[in-house]
Amino acid sequence: MSQETLSGWVRRLQAREISSRELTQLYLERIERFDPQLNSFITVTAESALAQAEAADARLANGEQTPLLGVPVAQKDIFCTEGVRTSCGSRMLDPFVSPYDATVVERMNAAGAVMLGKTNMDEFAMGSSNETSFYGPVRNPWDIERVPGGSSGGSAAAVGARLVPGATGTDTGGSIREPAAFCGITGLKPTYGRVSRYGMIAFASSLDQGGPMAATAEDCGLMLNAMAGFDPRDSTSVERPAEDFTAGLNQDLKGLRIGLPKEFFGEGLDEKVRGVIDAAVEVLKGRGAEIREVSLPNSHLSVPAYYVIAPAECSSNLARFDGVRYGHRCDDPKDLMDLYTRSRGEGFGDEVKRRIMVGTYVLSAGYYDAYYLKAQKVRRIIADDFRSAFQDVDVLLGPTTPELPFALGAKADPVSMYLSDIYTIAANLAGLPAMSLPAGEIDGLPVGLQLIGNYFDEARLLGVAHQYQQETDWHTRVPAAFA
Amino acid sequence: MSVEASEVQRIAHLARLAMSDEKAREFAGGLSDIFAFVEQLDGAPIEGVEPMAHPLDAEQRLRPDAVTEPDNREGFQAIAPAVEGGLYLVPRVIE
Repeated sequence: MSQETLSGWVRRLQAREISSRELTQLYLERIERFDPQLNSFITVTAESALAQAEAADARLANGEQTPLLGVPVAQKDIFCTEGVRTSCGSRMLDPFVSPYDATVVERMNAAGAVMLGKTNMDEFAMGSSNETSFYGPVRNPWDIERVPGGSSGGSAAAVGARLVPGATGTDTGGSIREPAAFCGITGLKPTYGRVSRYGMIAFASSLDQGGPMAATAEDCGLMLNAMAGFDPRDSTSVERPAEDFTAGLNQDLKGLRIGLPKEFFGEGLDEKVRGVIDAAVEVLKGRGAEIREVSLPNSHLSVPAYYVIAPAECSSNLARFDGVRYGHRCDDPKDLMDLYTRSRGEGFGDEVKRRIMVGTYVLSAGYYDAYYLKAQKVRRIIADDFRSAFQDVDVLLGPTTPELPFALGAKADPVSMYLSDIYTIAANLAGLPAMSLPAGEIDGLPVGLQLIGNYFDEARLLGVAHQYQQETDWHTRVPAAFA
Repeated sequence: MSVEASEVQRIAHLARLAMSDEKAREFAGGLSDIFAFVEQLDGAPIEGVEPMAHPLDAEQRLRPDAVTEPDNREGFQAIAPAVEGGLYLVPRVIE
């Protein structure tokens, strides 16, 4: 039963084959049984979930049909949830019970979703392995000695092990796509501005974007329908008419032009991963897609540009955690400076401090032009590369990550960890929609295929992914220990 | 670029992060590696390129100057570490 997809559950709930309460119980039991091995949840909200489920059942009995009515989901613990601890994976916010709901949470609640709990994550979404969480690392359901990816590692592991049919994530440099790839699930980072950032705790505001994580492209489309939309409370929310992101699912691929950026297939790519991606290209070709080689000549600069821009924005955003209005406060501060420095020194973990310091340095007097301004110019040429590529092709395709999920503790030095996101970061810098979907297995570990689309082209991306999933069964595979 | 522990302490102070000397020495290596890594930007072909601050080059949206939020003071202060009489308490600032 737990193998059913989120969209499958929507149909079964509507057909009254199962009640939301039964479904919620089923997944709560799975969380209780399996999560001690994975640590994918920080908070499980069993009681309120059952209350939401009963309310959903009453609405279903009335014949209501909101998009996610009665379906269990999990929220990444970066989204504020009223009355529920919202920790962002940090000691700083361990005592923080949010006084309001994020727009994403509000919208999903209105769509009838049942929240099972809040998922584990790298502290303040800064990490690619989920090892920086104050609540301990998350384990990969395919091999618990390996990382699930990050920063949305809890959401990815929970969906991968089918402890929940769908979960939210956020992606600043790959934090939906890399964990989706590592845990064998489908995840989409929408165009910047599609999903409201209101109540989504800020890391790097010009890059952060929330999105869905689930088993299939169809599931992600249904979730995105509920999550996306204009929000006046987010100053960078895009004003566009509502769109049905499942509209392109059945579009065939005849004549679709798929570009393979040659820079995504160069040195550093695991040969076995390359083999999986090559095989996926053949599947899409078989369904009528045309394949072209394209170039993104400046993409090698995306990781260094990101590690100036993201820390700069993070140092500014995280200045708000001062031990005065909410969050962690040190004991017995002797003066105001002591209150600030010790509250922050105790509340933040090492990776967050490292990025705050990098950001503080690159924005400090005398260094702004040499680092921040230069990185912003590089950001422009990276975005322009995509603009040229999309003159000739409809979708870009490549690997999501250069290698397979790595062992816990394997990447101790920061730069080698940062390079895990070498293929994902460019889409964030440009603001483009991009997704990862399972495309193969090597030595029992999943491999992710990345698709990058033009601005606001999520429906097409999901359509390509759905067509691929009609012909392959990688997205249906669940690690044996959690079947 | 190599960062010394004393420089780490200076940056930590600017960022309002308490840091022991031992921790500063520990951070120095990683920060040096990061700054050396971002030096790759030095050769980038960016002559005459406009800096990009935002993916969609959007303009700041304005709204009518009207009250839209209810008063949530009690809810917000309920989660503060120390409040009294509607005020946030901090250590004495003026001696």
